[in-house]
Amino acid sequence: MSKSGKAWVFGDNIDTDVLAPGLYMKGPLKVLAAHCLEAVDPNFASKVEQDDVIVGGENFGIGSSREQAVQALQYLGVQTLIAKSFAGIFFRNALNFGVVALVCAEVDKITPGDQISSDPELGTITNHTTSETYACDPLPEQLLAMVMDGGLVDHLEIRLANKEVAS
Amino acid sequence: MGSTLAEKIIAKASGRDSASPGEFVTCAVDLAMMHDSGGPRRVEPILNRLGAKVWDPDKVVLITDHFVPPVDAMSAAILDMTRKWADANGISNFHDMQGICHVVLPERGHLSPGMFVVGGDSHSPTGGAFGSFMFGVGATDMAGVLVTGETWIKTPATIRVEIDGELGSGLSAKDIILHLCARIGMGGGEYQVIEYSGETVTAMSMTERMTLSNMAAELGAQAGLIAADAKTTAYIEAAGGNPGDPAQWQGDADATYLRTHKVDASALLPHVAAPHSPANSAPIDDHSTIAIDQAYIGACTGAKLEDLQMAAAVLKGRQVAKGTHLLIAPASTRVTAAAAADGTLASLTAAGAILMPSGCGACAGYGAGILAEDEVCISSTARNFQGRMGAVSSKVYLGSPYTVAASAVAGKIIDPREFLQRGAS
Repeated sequence: MSKSGKAWVFGDNIDTDVLAPGLYMKGPLKVLAAHCLEAVDPNFASKVEQDDVIVGGENFGIGSSREQAVQALQYLGVQTLIAKSFAGIFFRNALNFGVVALVCAEVDKITPGDQISSDPELGTITNHTTSETYACDPLPEQLLAMVMDGGLVDHLEIRLANKEVAS
Repeated sequence: MGSTLAEKIIAKASGRDSASPGEFVTCAVDLAMMHDSGGPRRVEPILNRLGAKVWDPDKVVLITDHFVPPVDAMSAAILDMTRKWADANGISNFHDMQGICHVVLPERGHLSPGMFVVGGDSHSPTGGAFGSFMFGVGATDMAGVLVTGETWIKTPATIRVEIDGELGSGLSAKDIILHLCARIGMGGGEYQVIEYSGETVTAMSMTERMTLSNMAAELGAQAGLIAADAKTTAYIEAAGGNPGDPAQWQGDADATYLRTHKVDASALLPHVAAPHSPANSAPIDDHSTIAIDQAYIGACTGAKLEDLQMAAAVLKGRQVAKGTHLLIAPASTRVTAAAAADGTLASLTAAGAILMPSGCGACAGYGAGILAEDEVCISSTARNFQGRMGAVSSKVYLGSPYTVAASAVAGKIIDPREFLQRGAS
């Protein structure tokens, strides 16, 4: 079970240009993150707090392969994303950074500010504000293992170290 | 039961007899393409941390296109480190400032039917036009590929898009794909494979097919395949590549498809997508009173030789409207050379078009041609997300090269068929 955080609720098709605007892609992550989601909520980057949860509609993260779209959210403290569906590349990128991305059909029941926690292994999301529990697609075992290791790079580090031990 | 083209490629890449939709498999990567934005600057720290080397430098293609030519110290530094990394890692397939990766990759003969290819860019489905299973990944996934030579995939199902009928004058693959964006939406591809087929696709040139495959990304598909035929083979051979055995890389007649969308190309009208989504697309009449500040012909989607020829057909003997600027960034240096040789460039520049360097440029907001607050642009590119080409309040409409050129002449969004039917004025 993750730490609970408050929900930020967005609509369908939140794209990577909104999450990580191209104008700031050359520079440091800190600057890019300050502009994360500003086109749809100018206050988001300054108000979001550690462990807050992003709630999206359909096709969250559509657009570019730029993984800074995930990193910007992670930099701002977001560790959990819940949406009706995710764009494919964004979904891979999130898991690669150890950010939990959960597909849930019941996101419409979540209101901005609700306290949310999740259990990706069981496939459950808890709304502590309304005392509801929602079902989400559990992550497949091999992807869950990678997320639990902290992402793909940490996962590879462990894998390569084990290989050295074995050889 | 038969297999789709995608299932056959994934089966081969994963060393299995077959692959079924939904199965998680690990695939050997035949080719990994990356660019200056998501490439060395992002993967080098990961390789260093893991103490790992590139698994097979000959299977890596590196292309600089996002920060070219550099416009400030930061982009210059990114290019500098990209070149040093290519050198240090023995990457001989390094195309530096030669154009946009999705166009340069096939142009230099790197793609063949049946290949399993990862690209560090979301428009990687473009490679599907050559019968390769090519999909986009982020830089961390790419680093994983560079270290291990493999990656995981959830075997996708295939959605068929059957396009039949002859396209009318002044229409192109871009109008077909904008129509599809409106019809099935940016999630309609469900991160499955879209496979285009039908007599219209068969009749298309390779570069028009690339436009369909390219914007499979805007349909939310993982890949946008077109089975190889004689045109594919001819293109690859002319590019100095190896067409392999195209007959092997066809879907079986009894393969299972998730669904089929049929398109009647003969009934299609020119389409324009309104801000801020390709799915906000409609026949052009719905947008015909919109005044524009800028017209842009560029990007992997809309600045191949044939795209420039479409623009030239409209612009020949005409002038860009006062108060409107038409920027044209040919997709590659070879496209520029070919357009210079066949007279296309002269038609464009005589009309008042401003030629730009070959690169991703204004499309992604990285290069020159950025929009100011409230400016309106019509563009032959793939995406019009809010703020992508500049200021958050700027507005980008998407259309075919015909439509963008005609709109530049009119100073407002206009149906290009009026110009093509009347001939040069």
